[in-house]
Amino acid sequence: MMYGWLWRHLPGPTWFRAVLALAAAVGVAVLCFTTVYPAIAPLMPFNDTTVGEEQ
Amino acid sequence: MTAVAQRSRGATVAAPRRGRGRRVLLGVVGVLGELMITAGVLLGGFVVWQLWWTDVEGDRAQAELVEELDWVEPIAPVAAGPAELAVAVPAGGEPPVPAEPGHGSTFATMIVPRWDGEPERPVSQGVDRATVLDPLGIGHYPGTAMPGAVGNFAVAAHRTTYGKPFHRIAELVVGDPVVVRTADAWYVYRVTDHEIVTPSNVDVIAPEPADPTADPTRRLITLTTCHPMFSARERYIVHGELDYWAPASGPAPAELTQADPTVPAQDGGA
Repeated sequence: MMYGWLWRHLPGPTWFRAVLALAAAVGVAVLCFTTVYPAIAPLMPFNDTTVGEEQ
Repeated sequence: MTAVAQRSRGATVAAPRRGRGRRVLLGVVGVLGELMITAGVLLGGFVVWQLWWTDVEGDRAQAELVEELDWVEPIAPVAAGPAELAVAVPAGGEPPVPAEPGHGSTFATMIVPRWDGEPERPVSQGVDRATVLDPLGIGHYPGTAMPGAVGNFAVAAHRTTYGKPFHRIAELVVGDPVVVRTADAWYVYRVTDHEIVTPSNVDVIAPEPADPTADPTRRLITLTTCHPMFSARERYIVHGELDYWAPASGPAPAELTQADPTVPAQDGGA
């Protein structure tokens, strides 16, 4: 649906659309690895490893 | 009253309307499905990042830290020469004890011969995750003894993720050497015992863990990390006692240069 819409609105021939889509996916992955995941990791319950007394 | 008329109109008008409604419904369900698939892929990406990429980044950052220390290189072992030149000779007298450094500064490294293949890891001041354990590796509990001192040199590190310096802690057996290196000296500790405790059991890093109220008389080391793996429910604790020390300007301890990491078993001191 939305990915189909995205595909229809990408310019150029099929191979160029495929390259664009791949680049966008890689961009999202890089953004997640460098910014999003490090930001949300401390909020995860399994990452709460330090007790107050040990500080 | 107009049932006949409705039915006849229904046959001609309602069919396309029902078709449009179904298309809208299918569209909503389709977008919803794609959003859920996207969420699943993003969550899977988080798992990959947490379990793999933090190790890649942690190992790289910790290796750079060790590289930057720029300490005096140990004398290369002289294979053909006399044995005294090949390995560190245990030094007599009081071991040098470095002053406790500022938060986040790297003052020592740790090498565990049992963990064959593991790199030399930096030891830095502090045990909070954001500034020490995640980016710098092993952290020293502030206020506990420094290497070589009477008391308990207590350190913490991740067992999984962020370079996982203590990943193989459960492989340690009594008598295994734990080598700590500073700018001035080599400290060779030997494992005396291990225990698994709850996170609130902070006596394990007391100056004398066997009797937290007693005055410390021994030079101890304590490694703390999470247990079981991938959980923070308990803590895996390894205690050790200083065997000997040697000046950093001399050759490396035999524990590091010996090809065979197996060591003679000792009595558990605690």
